[in-house]
Amino acid sequence: MHIFNSLSRLLVLTGAALSPLAYAVTPAEQLAGYTAQAGAPAQPARGQQLFTTKHGKEWSCASCHGTLPTVDGKHASTGKVIAPLAPAFNPKAFTDPAKTEKWFRRNCNDVMGRVCTADEKADVLAWLLTLKR
Amino acid sequence: MSRSTFAPFTRLALTCVLAVTAITSAQADSKRISVPLLPKYQQECAACHIAFVPGMLPAASWTRMMGSLDKHYGTDASLDEASVREISGWLKVHAGTYKRVREEPPQDRITKSAWFERKHRKLDAPVWRLASVKSAANCAACHTGADKGQFDDDSGLKFPAGLDERYRRNWSD
Repeated sequence: MHIFNSLSRLLVLTGAALSPLAYAVTPAEQLAGYTAQAGAPAQPARGQQLFTTKHGKEWSCASCHGTLPTVDGKHASTGKVIAPLAPAFNPKAFTDPAKTEKWFRRNCNDVMGRVCTADEKADVLAWLLTLKR
Repeated sequence: MSRSTFAPFTRLALTCVLAVTAITSAQADSKRISVPLLPKYQQECAACHIAFVPGMLPAASWTRMMGSLDKHYGTDASLDEASVREISGWLKVHAGTYKRVREEPPQDRITKSAWFERKHRKLDAPVWRLASVKSAANCAACHTGADKGQFDDDSGLKFPAGLDERYRRNWSD
C-alpha cells in the first residue's frame, strides 16, 4: 500500500513536470482514445468509405483533402493548399487532440450535418494510418 | 531681425521638413498593407484561405463575421469562446485602416467592396473561374505576396495557370 502511494505520487509529479508535453500526442494514441470511446475496434475500410463519399451535402471529406490524402489537398471553394492528412506524410497531423476535435467538429458538420461518432473518427484515423510511403 | 539672417535658417528648416516628409512617405509607400498578424489569427483564420488583412473591412463587418463563425460563407468555422474573444478584439483594433475602406460590403466580403471591384475591373468572369483561381477570395493565385499583406504590382504579381494570352495585359495597372 505504501509503495503504491509513493509510486502514484511519483507518477503525478512526473505527469505534472511533463504536462506541457501532454498536449503533444501521437496519432496512434489519439486512435486508441477514439477506439476506447467507441468500445469497438476501428475498421479502416469503413473509414475510407466514410471519407470518400458524400453524405447528403455538397462535400465529402475528399472534396478538400483528396481521395488519397498522402499529398496536398486543396480547399473546394478557396483553392487554398491543405497539408496532407495522412500522418506518414505530415508529421503534424493528429498530434494535438484539441485541434483534431476542432476540425472533426467543423468538418463533420459541413460534410454530414452532424457530429461524427467516436467510431467514425476511429475508422477514419485508422484508415489514414494505413497510408504509408 | 533682418530678412537676410532669417533666410538661411528658414532654408535649413524647410530642407529638414522635406527630408522627413520624404522618408515617412517612403515608409508609408512600403509595399506591406497589413499590420503584423496576431499569431492566433494566423493560426485559426488562415487554414482555408489566406489571412485576410484586418484593415480591409470595417469593424462592423468583422464583428458580424466573428459572431457567426458556424455559418462562415457556407462552412462551419466555429471556434472556442476564448479564441473568438481574442481574435475579435484584435480585429476591432485594426479594422477599417486600409485607406479605401468605407462601407460594410455585401455579405461582409472584401471581394465585394467597391474598391476591390474597381481594382480588378479588367478581369472577366472566365478569369475567376480558372481552376487555378477558383474564387476571388484566392488572392494568392495571382498575388504571391498575399500572405505577407503585399498586393501591389511589384510584389510578385503573377499570371495564374491557364490564363488566356489576351488577358495578360490586364495585369498591369
